[in-house]
Amino acid sequence: MSTATIEAGHRRRSDHPGRLGNALFGGSAWSFAILVLILLAGVMISLIIAALPAFRTFGIPFIWTSTWNPVKDVYGALSPLYGTLVSSAVAMVIGVPVSLGIAIFLTELCPTYLRRPISTAIELLAAVPSIIFGMWGLFVLAPLMQKYVEPALIATLGKIPLIGILFQGPPYGIGLFTAGVILSAMVLPYMVSIMRDVFETVPPQLRESAYGLGATTWEVIKTVIVPYSRVGVVGAFMLSLGRALGETMAVTFVVGNSYHIKASLLAPGSTIASSLANEFAEADGLQLASLLAEGFLLFVLTFSVIGAARFMLMRLSRKYG
Amino acid sequence: MYLTVVRFLRPAAFGAIAAMFAAGGAKAVDVTGAGATFPNPVYQKWAEAYKAKTNNAINYQSVGSGAGIKQIESNTVDFGATDKPLTQDELQKNDLVQFPAVIGGIVMVVNLPGIKPGEIKLDGATVAKIYMGSITSWNDPAIAKTNPGTKLPDTAITVVHRSDGSGTTFNFATYLSQVDADWKDKVGANTAVEWPAGVGGKGNEGVSALVQQTAGAIGYVEIAYALQNKMVYTQMMNHDGLFVEPKLSNFQAAAANADWKSQPGYAVILANQPGKDSWPITAATFILVHGKAANAEKTHTVLDFYDWSFKNGQTMAEDLLYVPLPDSLVKQIEATWSSSVKADGKALWP
Repeated sequence: MSTATIEAGHRRRSDHPGRLGNALFGGSAWSFAILVLILLAGVMISLIIAALPAFRTFGIPFIWTSTWNPVKDVYGALSPLYGTLVSSAVAMVIGVPVSLGIAIFLTELCPTYLRRPISTAIELLAAVPSIIFGMWGLFVLAPLMQKYVEPALIATLGKIPLIGILFQGPPYGIGLFTAGVILSAMVLPYMVSIMRDVFETVPPQLRESAYGLGATTWEVIKTVIVPYSRVGVVGAFMLSLGRALGETMAVTFVVGNSYHIKASLLAPGSTIASSLANEFAEADGLQLASLLAEGFLLFVLTFSVIGAARFMLMRLSRKYG
Repeated sequence: MYLTVVRFLRPAAFGAIAAMFAAGGAKAVDVTGAGATFPNPVYQKWAEAYKAKTNNAINYQSVGSGAGIKQIESNTVDFGATDKPLTQDELQKNDLVQFPAVIGGIVMVVNLPGIKPGEIKLDGATVAKIYMGSITSWNDPAIAKTNPGTKLPDTAITVVHRSDGSGTTFNFATYLSQVDADWKDKVGANTAVEWPAGVGGKGNEGVSALVQQTAGAIGYVEIAYALQNKMVYTQMMNHDGLFVEPKLSNFQAAAANADWKSQPGYAVILANQPGKDSWPITAATFILVHGKAANAEKTHTVLDFYDWSFKNGQTMAEDLLYVPLPDSLVKQIEATWSSSVKADGKALWP
């Protein structure tokens, strides 16, 4: 070895030309991450401060009071909270099986030449602005629901003893059920793309060995693919649930904007996001504080859903590796 | 070579820009306003004609009375528009001057196949009960009583109201409070109320859309929306017990009896006025400007726009079934402008 090489090898690390760039990049990455945390904390704190008058006036019962009276200045968040939970539940009940089916179709059953077009079409659904969904819902879907779907539901499911109460009442066409249907259409693309990507990561050896043992396509899906990717699938559902909870414009058009809580899914209701969209512009004083208190509750709700999802995923991955 | 070109172009460019400004004679002013959806059709029509005449653009956004009030209070717009007049206290607190701009009528619209506009007759107490949720079907005896001879179907009534704060709601709820003691007691009147029944639509436009989509629906909208969307309106019983149609002469009859000096800030409610031809749900709509104007030129343009519309916009307003203000009232309003609207101590009108 020549002297030059030994000297070159003993050059100090701090003399390395890329060192400054490294430090700069690391520093800015750190600061962006901290910025996000600061932003989150800032939103939380400003929401709490603005919502304080409502919590001070009504206390914790604000969460389970269903009055919303701007004339007498008495407000309660139960009706929007109920509507948010119910419409998101309907969205997940409809969206989860459908998206599972689409994802499985795309990865297992679809002929190769159709895969790209169908995937692109589904991803384009995510690009549709939510207000367009709302307008389409009001002008196209709501009359269809009113004339055909809801009367059919009332006549069939409405007659079954226990779940019948969910499908009673006059068919308005708009309401929590229609809002749930539109929400399921909006969260579908997210669930499908995540699940499709996750299904594609299943190692071909696992698949082929299952097929080699004589399993049918259905058995392979049930026993190999879905269990292998359960972590990603659950993550997809939770992400979509978070989206469905907060969706505003699409829901405002079709939810019916009524503050009465009824057992039927076909009744009009309101969600936290829709009540904010309707009333925020001209609310002030206690009404404004109550609206922001609702917003804070939604924040807490979404946070806990995502937190619960992370926790569940952690336990699942620990259990199954 | 480059420098020569630039040296030549610079004065030419300045000349072009100066010419642009000089072109319209006076410089074109852009004014923004926000507020009530009730008078939106007529303000847009007036603004279009005014711009053709003077090159000043009046940009009006119908975001709702409550939002309009908030925006003029925080000075984000040059004028606010509200269907619910502010009280003297509210006007003084925020240094606002209020004046009426136009008068219109609120009509009940229904969606019943086979029923023609003006065929159904309703009275105030029945409408109040429908909106309370006590009357739920179109063939209820109370509705049949005022409609002998009309075949009313056995359809459920879908009540449609406003989901946002609205002066139209204020005027409608004030009318219901006057004709039904139960409504006054349980619900009251404000720009937003706790609706006992029904579904909500955003804006006059939202209510029109919902009524058109839903068979058996009833809603309340400003007459211009009912006509432009070719909807089925009803006759109403007025203060004197007679059924009247929602037409221009009946709105004018209701407005003719008003005493505009009786309330500070012209805050007169025109609901349920006496007179055999008076339409019971007539309402005036108001403009708000600051008494101490932040931008003298823009506030002067607002006053100029309304002065022009009062004098030249009458036919345009009547085409849309709004009642233009009588000349005596316009003189009173302009006197108020001269005495109350100032910038740096100097009156902005004339």
